[in-house]
Amino acid sequence: MATAAHDAQHDDHHDHKLSFAQRWLFSTNHKDIGTLYIGFSLFAAIIGIGLSLLMRIELQQPGMQIFADGQMWNSYVSAHGLIMVFFVIMPALIGGFGNWFVPLMIGAPDMAFPRMNNISFWLLVPAFLMLGATLFIPGGAGAGWTIYPPLSDETYHPGIAMDLALFALHLAGASSILGAANFITTIFNMRAPGMTLHKMPLFVWSLLVTAFLLLLAVPVLAGVITMLITDRNFGTAFFDPAGGGDPVLFQHLFWFFGHPEVYIMILPAFGIISHVVSTFSRKPVFGYLGMAYAMVAIGVVGFIVWAHHMYTSGMEVDTRAYFMAATMVIAVPTGIKIFSWIATMWGGSLTLNTPMLFAIGFIFLFTVGGVTGVVLANAGITQILHNTYYVVGHFHYVLSLGAVFGIYCGVYYWIGKMTGRQYPELLGKIHFWLTFVGVNLTFFPMHFLGNQGMPRRYPDYPDAFAGWNLVVSLGSYISVASFVMFFYVMWVTMTKGEKIGANPWGEGATTLEWQVSSPPPFHSFDELPRIR
Amino acid sequence: MRHVISAFRGISGRAAGALLLALLALAVASGAALAQGAGMVGAPVPWGMGLQQSGGPIKDAISSFNTLVFWIIVLITIFVFLLLAYVVWKFRAEVNPNPSRTSHNTLLEIAWTVVPVLILVVIAIPSFRLIYYQDRAVDADLTINVQGRQWYWHYGYPDNGNFTFDSYPVQTADLRAGQMRNLEVDNPLVIPVGSNVRILTTGQDVIHSFFVPSLGVQKYSIPGRTLEIWMRADRPGTFYGQCNQICGVNHWFMPIVVRAVPPAEFEAWTAQARTRFADGLPPGPPAALAAAAAPEILNVAEARR
Repeated sequence: MATAAHDAQHDDHHDHKLSFAQRWLFSTNHKDIGTLYIGFSLFAAIIGIGLSLLMRIELQQPGMQIFADGQMWNSYVSAHGLIMVFFVIMPALIGGFGNWFVPLMIGAPDMAFPRMNNISFWLLVPAFLMLGATLFIPGGAGAGWTIYPPLSDETYHPGIAMDLALFALHLAGASSILGAANFITTIFNMRAPGMTLHKMPLFVWSLLVTAFLLLLAVPVLAGVITMLITDRNFGTAFFDPAGGGDPVLFQHLFWFFGHPEVYIMILPAFGIISHVVSTFSRKPVFGYLGMAYAMVAIGVVGFIVWAHHMYTSGMEVDTRAYFMAATMVIAVPTGIKIFSWIATMWGGSLTLNTPMLFAIGFIFLFTVGGVTGVVLANAGITQILHNTYYVVGHFHYVLSLGAVFGIYCGVYYWIGKMTGRQYPELLGKIHFWLTFVGVNLTFFPMHFLGNQGMPRRYPDYPDAFAGWNLVVSLGSYISVASFVMFFYVMWVTMTKGEKIGANPWGEGATTLEWQVSSPPPFHSFDELPRIR
Repeated sequence: MRHVISAFRGISGRAAGALLLALLALAVASGAALAQGAGMVGAPVPWGMGLQQSGGPIKDAISSFNTLVFWIIVLITIFVFLLLAYVVWKFRAEVNPNPSRTSHNTLLEIAWTVVPVLILVVIAIPSFRLIYYQDRAVDADLTINVQGRQWYWHYGYPDNGNFTFDSYPVQTADLRAGQMRNLEVDNPLVIPVGSNVRILTTGQDVIHSFFVPSLGVQKYSIPGRTLEIWMRADRPGTFYGQCNQICGVNHWFMPIVVRAVPPAEFEAWTAQARTRFADGLPPGPPAALAAAAAPEILNVAEARR
């Protein structure tokens, strides 16, 4: 595209006109805000993964090692969960890649509301600081990331730490809602001429579905934590049975948000994987419409399965039967996606670059996490697996090995586009294999521990669990080493990476972002691209 | 031994009778236990990978259903792995430089929608049967009230003299030879072998979860609610569990021990338990436990009541 090359020469003087503060603090450019999100997510990941490293050191052998007591443990576990969900996965996938590539892929000049985009990002920073502060306040906020009352009430968590954590969730939630409104508006109104919804790249579809999930689910979280805050501070009794309230009501409201939330984390990764598989197979995505509507189906069904997190909370058996059936239905659209990715590769011309390795790793590991989800969907089995390490293993397979592999996949796929410099292929591959071995060694034995009945959120455990816990801890050290190596690979990329042109991946990469220069000019499109 | 001592305290003819009965039952039980090797132990084992051993019919049903689902998911996973390995090998760029442009195959797409549905139906039918079986005791032989408290269990036997008692964890320093760290309690929950036991859980402070894997039971104990579940031990033995819902500083240290004993021994136990726990014997938390809890948390607990 001629305009792109023309822009590349232009773009320098645009950058120079902005001071540092203008460009990075008051930023309204979707690419700069995307970069801010990715940088923020990496920083939060250092904290979140650091917490998990401390947890694994504690659990490496029976007995208390480095934690002072169970409350300190509980607050670290809770912080790990909340940080990874709200400040690592979501900012990277939605704020980071979403901001960077949704406007580029639909041929829009920027997001619909650039200033709102800026405030979405800057709300996250104080939220993260408040959540981080809870770790330094005596008592901490140790009620798990699910913050069930009565444990999160002021009786059992007096002091400011829990309030800070709740307020941090409020701010992060506001950030998500604003971001979601921005994405929906952008995608519905700012597509280039000719780009109908049914021609839209799958990553944009995934962000559209994600944005709707956020818009519908996060306000429920905001409501339920507001009720908890007033219970704690203003004498209401929404969740206190002594005042006519009900702790189980909290669980229903929380999971009405919480279950869509897990799809919010994985859907953008689905989008990235589709692009990468198609690019490196040099084939269009198999069953494009099926792929798009499978995501819509997952999003819709995701709203009516929430109580499968509450099988042991005393729901009536018919209700459990319903939630069981509804939950199993999700396996169908997920299966469609898995098989469509494989069918995309079938007959293709495959090159196994690092992004493709992560994509194939994702497909296999997400299958493993998916089938253990089918096991857990059965309330009968979950009666003895609920809250055990089987559940911890399951959700780390879909999130730590699913969403995180999606993030790595996106980074390697797009780092050349974002920085203009390509990553070193050999180092990338070593990073993949190190990560693959590390995370599997970490999370696979957790299923054994769960089968044997090891409850989650335990700083010390009966001696029979010692063997597998040692293996898990060793695996986590490898995973942390691979995370450190990722920084090294990125540093090599930024300093010594080969400079690349608009499209380093060849004919397989067909979406619009590959038609602008690498990095794209400050203003991506001087003329609206036309889609035939 | 402590049972015997406590029986001596209420020194009446009746108690002495109960004592004799208890001793007799103990003798019979220990004979039986010797015959089958001290009864079953339902607990995790080192390097264990599958579900715990079964102590009763609910866990048996869970195990057999779990085996079905396990093989289905293993086959699915192997199938997906083989497919991936095949395409990665067969369609690498060196051997297949010209990619096909196929992007639709209606038959295939219908197949991979319908086949998973069929597999789910195969799973769902026994699954529904299982949850209705687990739900509640049809003919309960006795009811036991279970209450989780920070951080011990409180048990009540309304059908057997309405006595209640607390079940505290045994500190590591106080363990006897052969006992398991973090799993033993001072007063286990005792049930008769072969009886359908209705469990009613209630909460007092925060949510806890009554969880005994080898008997196949788990239910939250929630303040303001009474939840029902049932269990049955088909063999004599000791079944271990732990609190399974985050409940504060000692969440990791409130184990559950269920002892299943022959009915005669159970009668003897309830007889002496009525006396023993009627004495107001169960004291507050053992001194060691109180010392272990963080001081600020204790202050909270005091301020609350």
